[in-house]
Amino acid sequence: MYRYSQFDRAFVRSRAAQFRAQVARRLDGSLTEDEFKPLRLMNGLYLQLHAYMLRVAIPYGTLSADQMRQLAMIAERWDKGYGHFTTRQNIQFNWPKLADVPDILDALADVEMHAIQTSGNTIRNVTADPFAGAAADEVADPRPVAELIRQWSTDHPEFQFLPRKFKLAVTGSPEDRAVTAAHDIGLRLVQQGGDLGARVLVGGGLGRTPMIGKVLRDFVPLADLLPYLEAIVAIYNLLGRRDNKYKARIKITVHEHGLEEIRDLVEAEFPARKALFNGIDQQMLAAITAQFAPPAFDPEAEGNFRAWYHADPAFRAFVDTNTAPHRAPGYTILTVSLKAPGETPGDATADQMRVLADLAERYGHGELRISHEQNVILPHVPRRHLRAIHAALSDAGLASANVGLVSDIIACPGMDYCSLATARSIPVAQQIATRFEELKLEHDIGPLKIKISGCINACGHHHVGHIGILGLDRAGVENYQITLGGDGGPDAVIGERAGPGFAYDEIVDAVERLVHAYLAHRDGPSEAFLDTYRRLGAAPFKAALHPEDKGRANAA
Amino acid sequence: MLTANDLLLGDAVWLAPDGSWTRQMSDALLIEDPGSADLHLLDAEARGHEVVGPYLADAHPGAQGPEPSHFREAFRGRGPSNRPHGKQEIA
Ligand code: HEM
Ligand code: SF4
Repeated sequence: MYRYSQFDRAFVRSRAAQFRAQVARRLDGSLTEDEFKPLRLMNGLYLQLHAYMLRVAIPYGTLSADQMRQLAMIAERWDKGYGHFTTRQNIQFNWPKLADVPDILDALADVEMHAIQTSGNTIRNVTADPFAGAAADEVADPRPVAELIRQWSTDHPEFQFLPRKFKLAVTGSPEDRAVTAAHDIGLRLVQQGGDLGARVLVGGGLGRTPMIGKVLRDFVPLADLLPYLEAIVAIYNLLGRRDNKYKARIKITVHEHGLEEIRDLVEAEFPARKALFNGIDQQMLAAITAQFAPPAFDPEAEGNFRAWYHADPAFRAFVDTNTAPHRAPGYTILTVSLKAPGETPGDATADQMRVLADLAERYGHGELRISHEQNVILPHVPRRHLRAIHAALSDAGLASANVGLVSDIIACPGMDYCSLATARSIPVAQQIATRFEELKLEHDIGPLKIKISGCINACGHHHVGHIGILGLDRAGVENYQITLGGDGGPDAVIGERAGPGFAYDEIVDAVERLVHAYLAHRDGPSEAFLDTYRRLGAAPFKAALHPEDKGRANAA
Repeated sequence: MLTANDLLLGDAVWLAPDGSWTRQMSDALLIEDPGSADLHLLDAEARGHEVVGPYLADAHPGAQGPEPSHFREAFRGRGPSNRPHGKQEIA
């Protein structure tokens, strides 16, 4: 794993010290809120409905066991004993007191973490495939590239006041587990003629105007990547609209100017940028890459796994749903679901964080990952340890065998915490998960991604959910609009609206009707919800959602 | 009602009849005329050393005191629905 350099360490410490002084000046009255707000946002400190909220970056979703333990300590000491993992590989603490935040930032700095650029119109935390460095299907580990981008973008003087926030994601696998097409810039690592480089997508984003990223260049060799990115962000910095917040993201810039024009401008800007880099970035990349060397894999990783797998059905179900193929023999990638039915998606208690840290240390080469689907991953698990891990997770309430299934729901904080929300999302997720748990249909239904946002900003990725749910405020009551057929994979698709919305007490039944319609229409158990939707279109699903429409048509 | 968030805790507070900030919505001052509402808001904006982001929220009289017209304000007066935190913790 990447370790901070002396420079990183000094930088993060000095930012924490500056913030301590800023908080002191806010509290003694020398700074007004208007003066202080941009300063706190630069350090990830928001004000929500009931309290402040601190957003801490987990760069490319990678955590060490010690870092996870420190997050647990922070949750216990300064918060209410839990943290919320988000779709952008951050952790949010929902209850910090203003005066405690400098201490929290110091505690984070102790384990090489921070909250810098988790807010504001800057380049945000760079996200990556949570299976990075482990997945069998990977072309290359995306994390060295992500770390290089993090170093380049942190405190980059030209890019501290962009027209709007700017988000990058990197995947090293054709499977794209980082939703790269929904980011301002998405990078997909590819090989071309023996060279490693990136396919560069630009202009993706969700929110009020959802758009899928477009390919700006099919292949940029790694040696050119930073100057090429710098050219893109520089062009955006000049062209991006500052007159209208809702039109300020690069997706609108690309839409308004056209991909061709942006491409020409970027290509024209590139040579001057390239000349400035001088190869220094490549030396840095080489040094970073060395730090991401894989752990020394255990040659006897398989052990008795097979025998246990055949003997214990509960264990088998857990392994079947929650593991993915690893590149090393006898190893697996284990996803630990933070979606036990009835719990808040993405929340982990301090005790659970410690259990996960201990398991990672004991059995998983000390590494953890956070996925954009709000789960925790042990990326390097010898299969012989899976049984012990399963037992320990069961004791901690973390053994739900539901990864990728109907109760593995993404939900943003919604109106239970977020001041921008127009409706709640967490209780909707809790009720849907509980309903399907009662129906005992989850494994029969198979892969199905439900994603819920509490407002048009789409932090819960509802546009790319197979079933997306958007909470709105319709004349003073909560109303939930459904979209269907979204997909966050390599060929990302924005879901389509499925008619009028539903009240808070109708939405769970509506989702159940949708799923029953799928079960009735599918071409056998191997056809997943999304495939049935693609084969049949929206009609049978809309009919299931709004059975009364028929009656109304007849009555008219 | 005039509401804001407490500077130190971030907790939701309301302007009380005696000019102090109360943490219980039922103790809030129900402001009846628009003219004085604007004056209260200006006054609150000048009290930035106590609260953050003051604004006016629609309300009507209820059995226990003012009640909010919008569900968002009701949630602010209670706390999140997924955990027993916020004001419902003390209540
Ligand atoms: C509670 C504090 C939060 C605030 C104030 C907030 C604010 C916003 C806003 C304003 C947007 C729309 C940006 C635009 O379209 O220009 C947005 C988008 C987004 N946020 Fe949040 N958000 C919050 C929490 C979260 C959480 C908890 C997550 C992860 C679960 C998240 C992840 C995202 C994602 C993935 C997007 C859509 C992608 C995009 O940027 O287009 N945010 N957020
Ligand atoms: S989607 Fe809306 S409600 Fe949900 S976290 Fe984002 S801004 Fe808040």
